[in-house]
Amino acid sequence: MCRQMVRKLTQQIKFTLVDQTKMITAASELSRNTVVYGGGGEMRWQIVSQGIKTGLRLWFEDKGPGIPDVDLALTDGWTSGTGMGVGLSGSKRLVNEFEIRTAVGEGTCVTVTRWK
Amino acid sequence: MERIPILKMGKVLLVTIQVDLQDQVALALQDDLSAQIDKTGASGVLIDISALEIVDSFVGRMLASISGIANVLDATSVVVGMQPAVAITLVELGLSLEGVRTALNVERGMAMLAADDRNRIDD
Amino acid sequence: MKQENALFDDVLKAAPEDFLRSWLSEAEQSGESASLAKTATHDAREVMSSLQEALRADADLTRFDDAAWGRTRAVLSELSQSRAAQGASAGETSYFVLAIKKPLFAGLREALAASPQRAFDALWAASTLIDRMAQWTATTYQRSREDVIQRQQQELLELSTPVVKLWEGVLAVPMIGTLDSSRTQLVMEALLTRIVETGSELAIIDITGVPTVDTLVAQHLLKTVTAIRLMGADCIISGIRPQIAQTIVHLGIDLQGITTKATLADALQIAMKKAGFVVTRAAA
Repeated sequence: MCRQMVRKLTQQIKFTLVDQTKMITAASELSRNTVVYGGGGEMRWQIVSQGIKTGLRLWFEDKGPGIPDVDLALTDGWTSGTGMGVGLSGSKRLVNEFEIRTAVGEGTCVTVTRWK
Repeated sequence: MERIPILKMGKVLLVTIQVDLQDQVALALQDDLSAQIDKTGASGVLIDISALEIVDSFVGRMLASISGIANVLDATSVVVGMQPAVAITLVELGLSLEGVRTALNVERGMAMLAADDRNRIDD
Repeated sequence: MKQENALFDDVLKAAPEDFLRSWLSEAEQSGESASLAKTATHDAREVMSSLQEALRADADLTRFDDAAWGRTRAVLSELSQSRAAQGASAGETSYFVLAIKKPLFAGLREALAASPQRAFDALWAASTLIDRMAQWTATTYQRSREDVIQRQQQELLELSTPVVKLWEGVLAVPMIGTLDSSRTQLVMEALLTRIVETGSELAIIDITGVPTVDTLVAQHLLKTVTAIRLMGADCIISGIRPQIAQTIVHLGIDLQGITTKATLADALQIAMKKAGFVVTRAAA
């Protein structure tokens, strides 16, 4: 999957092992979401910098049905254990910045950033 | 498609997961394990994840699933060797892996299963 | 070479020693300490030579970020780093670079005495270039200081959360100071790694040195315990002072079945028992 790519990138930027793991896991969750709920999608990446900070930004975009109630999807679904809940809210905790743009019928785009 | 090998050691089935699990491989593993538990009458399942560097919600669910299946088939299970980075990430993800027993390494895991087996005999 | 570049280069090569002297005396006005003055001459020469190199390679005066100015940037980084390490202030360091304006402007004014308009343009170009150089120097300076501070912070953090082996299979972490998320991360990483390395099944986290426990701190502790359990080990929290116990109950914090003890000694006792050890006193 895209894991190898993200692993390579995080190693390039020299993230700590834990940060690498968190980023790759978040990428795994989000790309799985695009496949399972969005009918397939694409991931874009960019190495970003803000002043002296360096980081990795990933975009996960699909042209699926979109998420009707984002707030609901973002509330912790971990006790109910169903797919999307953990993936979205969990990923949010694994990264420093999390943005989601979605609308019914217009697909979804999740942007995540992790700083070194 | 590669299938993950299941080794039999006495009454324990040993599974070592060494690669990032593809969905189909994971599902095949569940099928194979259930079949093996049934066929061999194994009383314990040990899953070694010491080589797994990434455990996401899918793998987590799979591990919980295998524990559940083993349970229903009257066997006990234990997951061993979780890496620190994985544990930290899982906690952050919010995956509780409830119902999944864990041990530090294969040695401890086997000891746990052996103890379970002894208790079982007393039933 | 572009016309303006050639102009600047001429000023630099006309009388380099005078140029240098004028620059350094101007820099001294900022009160640079004597020890820095030793390296000042060498630094100034390096800067001058890198400038000439860039000018002759037709570097764009308005684009200091271009590759052509690479060596100049490197030289400035180096001198700002060494000054940062020697304790010079940011002001002194950037003033050193700004001081080059004196000889440069003087040279340009002389060269273009007959054409004031061109003189103005050239001075403006020179000023902008040197400002960018000073800006670059200041940023690098900042970066070096922050690196030092970060390194010191990290060392402090590591020193204040040592993981010790109390007994066969029992590790302890005395937490001292406020428990925030970065602290928690560090403890988790250190503790979990040691658990794997030593094969210890029990970890005692002693919070005697943690001043307050609120919901957030409790969350951090719970995260740590969950991670420990996920790996197949268990955890005892010791050092719970009476006030903390009250706060925990007040806030309705659910400790999820974690064993808690008032003192490290009590926790060790439980740990040993769990591990199957019996302690007896030898007959006197």
